Amino acid sequence: MIKVLKPGLATSVQDLGREGYYHLGIPPSGALDQYALTAANLLVGNAPGAAALECTLLGPELQFGEDALVAFSGAYMGALLDDVQVPPDTALQVRAGQVLRLSYPKVGARLYLAVAGGIDVPVVLGSRSTYALGGLGGFNGRRLVAGDELPVGTPSGKGKVGASLPMALRQSLGGEVELRVVPGLYYERLQPSAAASFFAEPWTVGSEADRIGYRFKGGSALSFQPREQPFGAGSDPSNIVDSCYPIGSIQVPAGLEPIILHRDAVSGGGYAMIGTVISADLDLVGQMQPNQKARFREVSLDDALAARQQYKKKLKRMAELFGA
Amino acid sequence: MAEQSVVTPLPGTFYRKATPESPCFVEPGASVGPDTVIGLIEVMKQFSELTAGVSGVLGAFLVEDGDPVEPGQVIATINAE
Repeated sequence: MIKVLKPGLATSVQDLGREGYYHLGIPPSGALDQYALTAANLLVGNAPGAAALECTLLGPELQFGEDALVAFSGAYMGALLDDVQVPPDTALQVRAGQVLRLSYPKVGARLYLAVAGGIDVPVVLGSRSTYALGGLGGFNGRRLVAGDELPVGTPSGKGKVGASLPMALRQSLGGEVELRVVPGLYYERLQPSAAASFFAEPWTVGSEADRIGYRFKGGSALSFQPREQPFGAGSDPSNIVDSCYPIGSIQVPAGLEPIILHRDAVSGGGYAMIGTVISADLDLVGQMQPNQKARFREVSLDDALAARQQYKKKLKRMAELFGA
Repeated sequence: MAEQSVVTPLPGTFYRKATPESPCFVEPGASVGPDTVIGLIEVMKQFSELTAGVSGVLGAFLVEDGDPVEPGQVIATINAE
């Protein structure tokens, strides 16, 4: 059992997500940075997709009820185990009664804290991930609050104290981020000048950015091609007849601030999607802090698929390294 | 009196008042205690209070109302008692 002394800003139980229900309006949820979640899990001998804690922007303070093997990856936050600094990307032995304090990120936005055995909350629709907006999964369907007691599963025994992630497999976070985008499905609705400025200008993450969507500011307003709005579409030129929203798709309500939908997003609606961030770059989106800068780079579907293959290869290399 | 920094752990937007119409929480020169709220940080549609952390006299604000802030940024100085 792990007791939550302080919950942090937005700490929730997440695994790799709840696939297969988005068409029914239930988003995948799961770790926004799937790579970091996987790394933390492998370090403690868990399956790559075991449930762990996603700690966003301000970390929690946790007391361990039993001895545990833990590891954290992702955003770089200071971490103290009973007031002694402990390193990221390393399997750490925690003794019963010890307190782990995570601070705030120097770079990145989300840290993943895995415990050998995983966080043993009930599986809902195939996943332990929290979908807070729907009150589904995770710990009582919500973010953690002080006083929560998290059950821990049985460790595999494969985790080794001191195991660490090779530097070549660690992510580099922070700075200006380049996000690769496949244009579509409604890209042609943009004026050519707007399509050009969208890719040319730097954008800044808004402070509203969360698990549902990442809003960007600071670029020129985007104008859409004039048309008589079809029946069923809203009156704003950025409106379309309702459509399904892919995770990673970019909508620009009223042409003002692009929003990248992430893993807790609504499954559909009436805003034109001008493109989709490729799956290999979605982890990076989840690690962006408010006020961080990004540029969007146009890529083809072939480029996106090649990037996905490369991303999967890196995950496979990591899994092989840890014998998972 | 030692000068202390009030640092925000959160990134986001800094506000010196609770609503656009409200007066500022505190002005430079005011006496503050550890729990005195000196501003708000807005992030992920949540507002978190930023407290002085120490007792003393508020020196100066290093960021303006509505400015973007980064984790670890100094928001204000306090001449601690």
